Amino acid sequence: MGKMHIKVTVNGKQHELLAEPRELLIHVLREELGITGPHIGCETSHCGACTVDMDGKSVKSCTVFAAQANGANITTIEGLGNPDGLHVLQQMFKEHHGLQCGFCTPGMITRAYRFLQENPDPTEEEVRFGMAGNLCRCTGYQNIVKAILAAAAEMNAAKEAAQ
Amino acid sequence: MIPGTFDYHRPDSVEAAVALLAEHGDEARAIAGGHSLIPMMKLRMAEVQHLVDLQGITDLKGIKVDGGTVTIGAMATQHELIASEALAQAAPIIREAALQIADPQVRYVGTIGGNVANGDPGNDMPGLMQCLDATYVLVGPEGKRDVQARDFYEAAYFTARSDDELLVSIRFTAPKGGYAYEKQKRKIGDYATAAAAVLIAKDGGTCSSASIAMTNLSDTPVWCEAAAEALVGTSLDKAAVDAAVAAMTGAIDPQEDNRGPVDFKKHVAGVVLRRAIERAASRA
Amino acid sequence: MNEMTPPKTERAEALKGLGSSRKRVEDARFTQGKGNYVDDLKLPGMLFGDFVRSPYAHARVKSINADKAKALPGVVAVLTAADLAPLNLHWMPTLAGDKQMVLADGKVLFQGQEVAFVVAEDRYIAADAVELVEVEYEELPVVVDPFKAQADDAPVLREDLEGKMEGAHGARRHHNHIFTWEQGDKDATESVLGSADVVAEEMIYYHRTHPCPLETCGCVASMDKVNGKLTVHGTFQAPHAVRTVASLISGIAEHNIRIISPDIGGGFGNKVGVYPGYICSIVASIVTGVPVKWIEDRMENLMATAFARDYWMQGKISATKDGKITGLWCHTTADHGAFDACADPSKFPAGFMNICTGSYDIPTAYLAVDGVYTNKAPGGVAYRCSFRVTEAAYFIERMIEVLAIKLGMDAAELRAKNFIRKDQFPYQSALGWEYDSGDYHTAWEKALKAVDYDGLRKEQAERVEAFKRGETRKLLGIGLTHFTEIVGAGPVKNCDILGLGMFDSCEIRIHPTGSAIARLGTISQGQGHATTFAQILASEIGLPADDITIEEGDTDTAPYGLGTYGSRSTPVAGAATAMAGRKIRAKAQMIAAYLLEVHDDDVEWDVDRFVVKGAPERFKTMKEIAFASYNQAIPGVEPGLEAVSYYDPPNMTYPFGAYICVMEIDADTGEHEIRQFYALDDCGTRINPMIIEGQVHGGATEGYAIAMGQEIAYDDMGNVKTGTLMDFFLPTAWETPHYTTDHTVTPSPHHPIGAKGVGESPNVGSVPAFSNAVHDAFRAFGLVQSHMPHDQWRIWTVARDLGLHG
Repeated sequence: MGKMHIKVTVNGKQHELLAEPRELLIHVLREELGITGPHIGCETSHCGACTVDMDGKSVKSCTVFAAQANGANITTIEGLGNPDGLHVLQQMFKEHHGLQCGFCTPGMITRAYRFLQENPDPTEEEVRFGMAGNLCRCTGYQNIVKAILAAAAEMNAAKEAAQ
Repeated sequence: MIPGTFDYHRPDSVEAAVALLAEHGDEARAIAGGHSLIPMMKLRMAEVQHLVDLQGITDLKGIKVDGGTVTIGAMATQHELIASEALAQAAPIIREAALQIADPQVRYVGTIGGNVANGDPGNDMPGLMQCLDATYVLVGPEGKRDVQARDFYEAAYFTARSDDELLVSIRFTAPKGGYAYEKQKRKIGDYATAAAAVLIAKDGGTCSSASIAMTNLSDTPVWCEAAAEALVGTSLDKAAVDAAVAAMTGAIDPQEDNRGPVDFKKHVAGVVLRRAIERAASRA
Repeated sequence: MNEMTPPKTERAEALKGLGSSRKRVEDARFTQGKGNYVDDLKLPGMLFGDFVRSPYAHARVKSINADKAKALPGVVAVLTAADLAPLNLHWMPTLAGDKQMVLADGKVLFQGQEVAFVVAEDRYIAADAVELVEVEYEELPVVVDPFKAQADDAPVLREDLEGKMEGAHGARRHHNHIFTWEQGDKDATESVLGSADVVAEEMIYYHRTHPCPLETCGCVASMDKVNGKLTVHGTFQAPHAVRTVASLISGIAEHNIRIISPDIGGGFGNKVGVYPGYICSIVASIVTGVPVKWIEDRMENLMATAFARDYWMQGKISATKDGKITGLWCHTTADHGAFDACADPSKFPAGFMNICTGSYDIPTAYLAVDGVYTNKAPGGVAYRCSFRVTEAAYFIERMIEVLAIKLGMDAAELRAKNFIRKDQFPYQSALGWEYDSGDYHTAWEKALKAVDYDGLRKEQAERVEAFKRGETRKLLGIGLTHFTEIVGAGPVKNCDILGLGMFDSCEIRIHPTGSAIARLGTISQGQGHATTFAQILASEIGLPADDITIEEGDTDTAPYGLGTYGSRSTPVAGAATAMAGRKIRAKAQMIAAYLLEVHDDDVEWDVDRFVVKGAPERFKTMKEIAFASYNQAIPGVEPGLEAVSYYDPPNMTYPFGAYICVMEIDADTGEHEIRQFYALDDCGTRINPMIIEGQVHGGATEGYAIAMGQEIAYDDMGNVKTGTLMDFFLPTAWETPHYTTDHTVTPSPHHPIGAKGVGESPNVGSVPAFSNAVHDAFRAFGLVQSHMPHDQWRIWTVARDLGLHG
């Protein structure tokens, strides 16, 4: 039961590493690759703080083994924007006070990113349902929902302007 | 919460997977989405020496609707079940139920095969499959065999599947008439306090066929023939529904847990069944 | 005015000071995943610690065999009580004057108690090693019920206290009894109750729950043997207090200990206490000479670190026939678990439970609290509240409803009839507090009007009739609350923790170019201190908030303070900030006068500058003054522009609010739907309305969870039944209600800027609003009292017991 070679692409960068198969993806990201945006909140796949985008799906990286992620293409909060160009969701979370302690925020935004890819023009109810895999203890969600709706509007306006 | 060590296998064919299961016996476990198994491993309530990951097996994927027959690969995710327009046409009850399972992230990885095969009485799909009278296709070292969903569940986590068999697909005839999946739970992500899967076909004002299955109200799903029979041939009037609920209540055996005491669960089972019948009838 | 000088309002706006909904400066890093939480820290050579925990709630530990664990490659050490005893660290003092086992010393007293600490090269090996430690237990009888714990023949839980009839808070009268705390006039209250027109009596239970921040507790302890310095990064809501405690119990000189609270992923009271994990990590680092990290998992967090509430409150309230309250009596049985580890000021073993007269002018009152040991986890922290204020508010707001039923009166009218009037402030309560300011009637009327209270009552009456006719199975509940908080602990004369006065502090340094850094003794856990404290300062010293850095949480650099909990940051540290700012301004005035060649008294403050009285074209801006302070030799004035203030508040502050919840309840399934939630808060001067609103949303959501399902439940064997987030209710965006916020402003007369604090009001106020809505829905059918949490099966049971299932 030794270590195995794992290849993953994270935020556009390929990594090869040795890991025990049982190692959890969240630990690989945080401890091996130093990507500490995704957090560990509950460890039983309820809270979503560890959410990353894996092969176009929002997944809870505390409930994925490194071995299962072998070959995957992963995007974390660190891959969504950068200090010179924040993702519109990052901007809107700040603009609408969609975060307080910040611990759930990376998972929340990463999930919202995928949600808006699938549903670019959601209702408030759809946002609440689509974000129900992510727990927040601070905000009561109201401003998170507001931020996501605002981001959707911004993204749609940008799309229209581009056409 | 750290799991114990294991060897990891990612076979690329059903045969290879079955061979691994056969080789390692009860030390091996197949893993699909893993959202039931991995938490159990992290809590060290499941000891697995050989983990056989099914994600590389193309044959296990896909949803096919062919004439009146629906075939769903074991590795189809809840998300794919929800997204499939063909499935929504053929058996809309599946989308209605799948949307009530877990949360978005879990639905991306959770599979129908994992949901029906692990025998967890809390899972929603087993009852639904019994309601649909689905057939499970199992492949083992001896080859392929079919088991009806209604014959599959023996007790909590005990099923007709042997350790060296793999559930590869699920097949059922597209139902006709109205449908409803009604689930009461405490919050998103919770298992059912009580859930009812109901199919109803009508001929004029009369119920011509019905199927009823209940979830998380016993150590297996409860397909309740007597409850369905109570509806057939009636106008689905109050007396018929009362009889169906009474038959169902006699068939379930809920246990007290954090969701509530037995009396409560029995009562709620009746309520969700009534609501499911009403909604299914309105769609029939 | 100089033509170049923009108008006052424009300059004030540019500062983003008090009243500005300034966007948070913290958010840039949090939204990019660049927060710095304790588990993000990775130090060279760092080891990882993990606990062996007791599966039993009460058992003797017969033996611990760690040989197999020690033999596992990668395991560095396994610590047990026997290893800690020579250092006298196998027990530690609690914040409540009791002591607590760090590692099981002969027995275990609650499920999940720490038994041994495994130290290994990584968390995987540590977890494997935990499985290999063999512990032999002999089970003992378990007591989880605080009333049974006081029976004569109840098992002795704390053998270490046997025969000790004097505790930290006076006499103990039973082997499982901790203290009795009495306030008010017992005889007078009993006499009032005895002769009253109407007396309502009820047992009000506020169940055990848990703050459950999304980030669990943890630390990294690092003993540098070369320079003799211990550094501990951790989830500490009170870093300075932790340093003092660590020094006192370890013997390491305080200047050789550095405590750092990095970003904290929510606290809500859970991170006030000192936990065995911290002590064991420190010891392990001292023993191994390398850093040791300990991060608890979610089950450990829920099972072993500090719980909240668990108060059984027997109440009697008396009134005249027409509804004027004459007296209040309360006896509380407080379940403290295995060790009294409540986080309360030393002289208040039941916190500020004596605020239980609430918003009402109750002339005579009496409160007694008995603390009791049981086989449950220790704690009793203020879960987003100020030391048992939530319990007090819930108690009085339920008792008002119970009294309204007894009187056959509308509960809104009963409240209005008994509110402390505006002209009665400052108000001396019967249980010893001096309420600073309030205008309850105005807030109440505004709230009732906002929700169309009369219309709601009419709709409710129609609903009841429709229900009785069988046309609907849904009931409508209108939950009312008017709460008064007591926060901002507190005045050193009566508030201390372990002898440390509960003042707080701020130290400001203005840089030559007119930007600044301010350091405080508090620590943000999401409240946005870096944003709001800069706003207070911006208004005080006339420099833009954007040019002011706020720093907290490092005991080597921050001034001493008691930390952030009990809504004390704004009332105490916020006041210190304003006071330090005023010192800066006083010195700036001298510098300005010197530069303008006038007498000090001839200049006056104007938003961001000093101007010569009567000659507004002659001024010096704060930026100019800052630079001058570094380059001018001013006779009698030291160079530089710095100030420090240690603020000892003269009184607590008393925020209040009116919350109304409208709830639909399904009598058949016990399900509910929140149709409307209106929250009016009066927190005095409002520093940042955006952040206040965010605090209200968050606190009300916690209150929603607590009222409607969240609990730490035990079975009779002392097993925790709600150890994961499957069963411990944290609502998602789907279940969480939508909130409407509102406010009135009644400044605190004694706070330098009139602010009162708001972080915890919504938790305190919303729980009774939700709970009262449930009760109110069933009032027409005879319900008087039903215990929280109001989850589906409990609501269903209420409906069944009232005969509503036909």
